[in-house]
Amino acid sequence: MALLQISEPGESPEPHQRKLAVGIDLGTTHSLVATVRSSVAEVIADEEGRPLLPSIVRYFPDARVEVGYPARAAQADDPANTIVSVKRFMGRGVADVARYGALPYRFREAPGMVSIDTAAGARSPVQVSAEILKVLRDRAERAMGGSLFGAVVTVPAYFDDAQRQATKDAARLAGLNVLRLLNEPTAAAIAYGLDHASEGTFAIFDLGGGTFDISILKLTRGVFEVLATNGDSALGGDDFDQAIATHWRVHHKIADARGGDTRRLLAAAREVKEKLSAQTDADIRITLSYGQKLHLQLSRAELEQMTAALIQKTLGPTKKALRDAKLDTKDIDGVVLVGGATRMPGVQRAVEAFFGRVPLKDLDPDQVVALGAAIQANVLAGNRGADDDWLLLDVIPLSLGLETMGGLAERVIPRNSTIPVARAQEFTTFKDGQTAMAIHVVQGERDLVADNRSLARFELRGIPPMVAGAARIQVTFQVDADGLLNVSAREKTTGIESSVAVKPSYGLSDDEVARMLQEGFAHAEEDRDTRALAEQRVDAESLLAALRSALEKDGGLLDASERAVLDRGMAELERAWSGTDHRVIKAAIEALNRASGDFAARRMDRAVSGALSGRSLDEVARK
Amino acid sequence: MPVRYAVDPARLEAGYRELQSQVHPDRFASATEADRRAAMQWAAAANEAYRTLRDPVDRARYLLGLKGFDTEEETNTSMPADFLMQQMEWREAASDARATRNAAALEALRRDLAVEQREMVKQLERALDADANYEAGCSLVRKLRFLAKLDEEIDEALEPLGH
Repeated sequence: MALLQISEPGESPEPHQRKLAVGIDLGTTHSLVATVRSSVAEVIADEEGRPLLPSIVRYFPDARVEVGYPARAAQADDPANTIVSVKRFMGRGVADVARYGALPYRFREAPGMVSIDTAAGARSPVQVSAEILKVLRDRAERAMGGSLFGAVVTVPAYFDDAQRQATKDAARLAGLNVLRLLNEPTAAAIAYGLDHASEGTFAIFDLGGGTFDISILKLTRGVFEVLATNGDSALGGDDFDQAIATHWRVHHKIADARGGDTRRLLAAAREVKEKLSAQTDADIRITLSYGQKLHLQLSRAELEQMTAALIQKTLGPTKKALRDAKLDTKDIDGVVLVGGATRMPGVQRAVEAFFGRVPLKDLDPDQVVALGAAIQANVLAGNRGADDDWLLLDVIPLSLGLETMGGLAERVIPRNSTIPVARAQEFTTFKDGQTAMAIHVVQGERDLVADNRSLARFELRGIPPMVAGAARIQVTFQVDADGLLNVSAREKTTGIESSVAVKPSYGLSDDEVARMLQEGFAHAEEDRDTRALAEQRVDAESLLAALRSALEKDGGLLDASERAVLDRGMAELERAWSGTDHRVIKAAIEALNRASGDFAARRMDRAVSGALSGRSLDEVARK
Repeated sequence: MPVRYAVDPARLEAGYRELQSQVHPDRFASATEADRRAAMQWAAAANEAYRTLRDPVDRARYLLGLKGFDTEEETNTSMPADFLMQQMEWREAASDARATRNAAALEALRRDLAVEQREMVKQLERALDADANYEAGCSLVRKLRFLAKLDEEIDEALEPLGH
């Protein structure tokens, strides 16, 4: 097997060396997968030509799983085992889920995130989402004729750390190499901006099935810079369906709709709502489980009256985003509509009235997020073409902080900070002789810890006894380009250290993901060792190729003995690669990664000084 | 960039973007883990530097730190009497406007504050670049910190009023 080559950024690889990369929009009501073929981003349809996959998963007693249209057709007949809008439960506990009212599921309190009892056993929202992602992965691999190198998976910009971590876990569980978690409105901006070669300041108004995001972006000379983002991770088209269904229930005196009938009403509501985007009156006939026939009607005027308050709810976050960006509506050069719910005339009118300009909607609001993710995935996989010299600067949506005395939240990284970001803050002990410190990481904008979302707790132990206030505990927050947080704490006078990758208390550990993956493969009758071996070999190949090209270019940064260490590590990895034990390959990869860390840092220093030296700032500024 | 307080925002932004385009993790998504980690650290440092230099108060505090001056924002609360008087007047106006839910008055107050902040930034430029009067610089940073807090309170008051 030939080694894969990796080109330098900015150089276009030969067509046969392209790595297969996709963008996935994992939506509340439906999901899509897209890729870049011949420089054009396009959605990959299923075998019947349908681009959308309903985000609905049905579980059977024999552990069989159905995803998409067949599951959707069964939602009213088997409501308890057919999970719809699972995205709303990602990273959420039973108390959070209660706000959605009566749902036909048997929720179970699991550590942190809810779990749903199905005919196939308890399933976490992460596992349900992974089923959707697996179908999209298979669809893409069949259409593209090879296994995927990686995927960019989109998340609502307003998703907190727990929701992002849950999404990444789901993707890993589906066997995807996550190149990046990308914010949905930012993905839309990429698709839109690159398509129209736009410059200026844009508002992306993204109202999907279950989430609302507003992002303010500045597009200049190939840089997409998110200035501010805000939103509501529990507001979307689903809420409009609920409002319609509630109206019918009252009007037709349906006292206690059972699980299946609730689904029937909601599906009818959705259908009528969609019709009302094109016509002023709509109706539908349905039969309830106990035989009652209903003729349900709705006018657009009624719909707009009952959804006015929901639509109004989008304007609060929109104003906050503008204020954080220090802009006024008159500073906005264009408003882009994203998400199926923006097809509603009432939503479009509200947006137009607020911004005082007609919103742009020439790209399909259902597809634009997946298309942008595909463009980003293509670039991240190293398939950068000549036209792809653009850069994305995104932000975190919610402030990150720590609990201090009195249950107060101390902000460490404010919302709308550009990522990646690292920030340290010093704390001290409260009592004489205190030897441990509890670190409680929270996310949100409120002053009281109790009003924010708790992300993680850990303890720094072994602080030498000192008088109160003498110890100097430095807590460092680091948010990576996926928007995921890592926290470490260090007592500065002694160097005692403790760190935690902030997995919310219910986040999956690597071992759990590995175990679940293996169970999944066993069920799919795949040989898990073969799969793991193939994956480790691909990882080994890309590491070797990247390191070879780095050595060719910057080998001069190493002295002979340093070079020999790397050469040995590479030879070791090649030997492991030709063997059949994936664990040996993994160990060799890790060893080589450790050995090359210092080289990487030196190369980066040289790249940076090379980029900026020998040129005055005026030259840089003129570029 | 030259080490001085006055900056050309366009040059600062261009320099930042040039640096980010070299070090951003997106440029290293399929590189080795060590490369990716180094890129993340560099990009975070670039973001932090840009954030500090872009903000007039953070920039002043940073510059004063380079000169060995601590702005003592938490400990030194002594202020000239006229500044304190002005502060009290503004705070009273803000709390009156808040109590009467007078959004127009709050907006007007915010505009006044913005004028005052711009004036102080000009004074900072003089103190730091022309006069090398770092004590005066520290005092101005402390005053600006006061104004920023008031600004935040006005923002909080405006929020429930739909602004």
